[in-house]
Amino acid sequence: MHEERIALAAWMLGIALATIIFVMRSRRGKPPVIRRIAALEAVDDAVGRATEMGRPVLFVPGIMDMDDIQTVAGVTMLGRVARTAAEYDAVVQVPTSRSLVMEAARDAVQAACLTAGRPEAYQADRIHYVSDEQFAYVAHVTGAMIRERPAACFLMGSFYGESLILAETGNSVGAIQIAGTGESSQLPFFVAACDYTLIGEEFFVASAGGPAGLGAVAGCREDLRDDVHRGGHGAGHGGRALARAGVALRVA
Amino acid sequence: MIARRVVPMAIAIVAGLVMAVSYFVRSIEWMGEAAADVFNVIAAIAFVLGAGSLLKANLSAISRRDRGWGYAAVTLAAFLITLVVGMAKIGVNPSPDAPQAAWSGSQQTAGTPFGWIYEFILSPLTATMFALLAFYVASAAFRAFRAKNTAAVLLLVTAFVVLLGRTYAGVVLTDWMPAWASGLRLENLSSYVMAVFGTAGNRAIMIGIALGVAATGLRILLGLDRSWLGGGGSA
Repeated sequence: MHEERIALAAWMLGIALATIIFVMRSRRGKPPVIRRIAALEAVDDAVGRATEMGRPVLFVPGIMDMDDIQTVAGVTMLGRVARTAAEYDAVVQVPTSRSLVMEAARDAVQAACLTAGRPEAYQADRIHYVSDEQFAYVAHVTGAMIRERPAACFLMGSFYGESLILAETGNSVGAIQIAGTGESSQLPFFVAACDYTLIGEEFFVASAGGPAGLGAVAGCREDLRDDVHRGGHGAGHGGRALARAGVALRVA
Repeated sequence: MIARRVVPMAIAIVAGLVMAVSYFVRSIEWMGEAAADVFNVIAAIAFVLGAGSLLKANLSAISRRDRGWGYAAVTLAAFLITLVVGMAKIGVNPSPDAPQAAWSGSQQTAGTPFGWIYEFILSPLTATMFALLAFYVASAAFRAFRAKNTAAVLLLVTAFVVLLGRTYAGVVLTDWMPAWASGLRLENLSSYVMAVFGTAGNRAIMIGIALGVAATGLRILLGLDRSWLGGGGSA
């Protein structure tokens, strides 16, 4: 046992317990109140605008693999955007920088199209792999932005030095841009260049979706302490592993 | 249904718990490392899927003569040339440890065609893309610092103080201030803004992010989030 991590383990258990309690409460019809998030409400408008203009929607799920919890949240958001796009009959383009993300994104979009009652809207070729190389990926995505002029750009996942290049290019083609990331160093760039930004925890709340997911969010919120920072790291560690194993298995 | 949803989720939950517990229990640390290794192996195998997707997407673009199909041709050519040069170890000398084996050398050695591609094509292209960032920063700053309202004016003034304080111009401009007012010198003011206001705001965001990461991790751990299985989001 790592004695120096016992306190952290206690915090993790506390958070897990709070999460379970709030999930159960949510399922019994007492969902937590989550303040309205403008960026979330703008998703439908952005996709609707793309439909009216006859232009595609571009979704960028970041540059990291499925072992990054932000990528998992981004893929979850992709499902939501794809469902709306399927309902509105809009085209969603998803260039990815990792093979596993491509597979997960295809599954998410396919499931979204089925949920929307339009399985024929799913086209696997619209979700394609580009390159693991950071700036090769950026070159492709910005080139696609200039050529295809998407009406809406969603930048949701883990971003680094490429965040401003992507956001500014999207801005220059006049697209509505909604961004979300947990990389605090990239948030100012998104705030400056995008129309809406899911800042930090908003991004994860946005990906929570149903009442049980929101219950999980509330469970964590109840245990707000400085130690939560480290506890979150530990939980994220487990979550990353889950995503890794699950997606890897699907691919295998 | 069972093969597509239940089995992957069960394996994911077990693997996740193993990794989470191995972070705290020293004796099973190897299990967590083994799970990470398995991911890396499968991710490497999955690269074949990515390569297939890249080929298909670019070949389709060329055959349909899509807008910018020339770029697709360049991408394909670059991909295939690099792949062949790297895998066939073209121009790589045998390793001194096994001179009789023609393919024993590493293609990443300096001076090999593969190393040449990396050093003289990939690196300059990457540096060029990164250098563009300076222009994007300027255009974004121009928009963000427009003094449209009180908050924007505050942002503009703060940014001005921080930027000046981080350069030698800031030191020169306020060097005349007496010692008792040294806190108002631009370099000190800049440090104060960064250390107090900047750190406070950043920590608030970091705690929020940590909570979000914890919530998302637990959602997957508890099987509430099945979106990564293509399951259409939370339960």
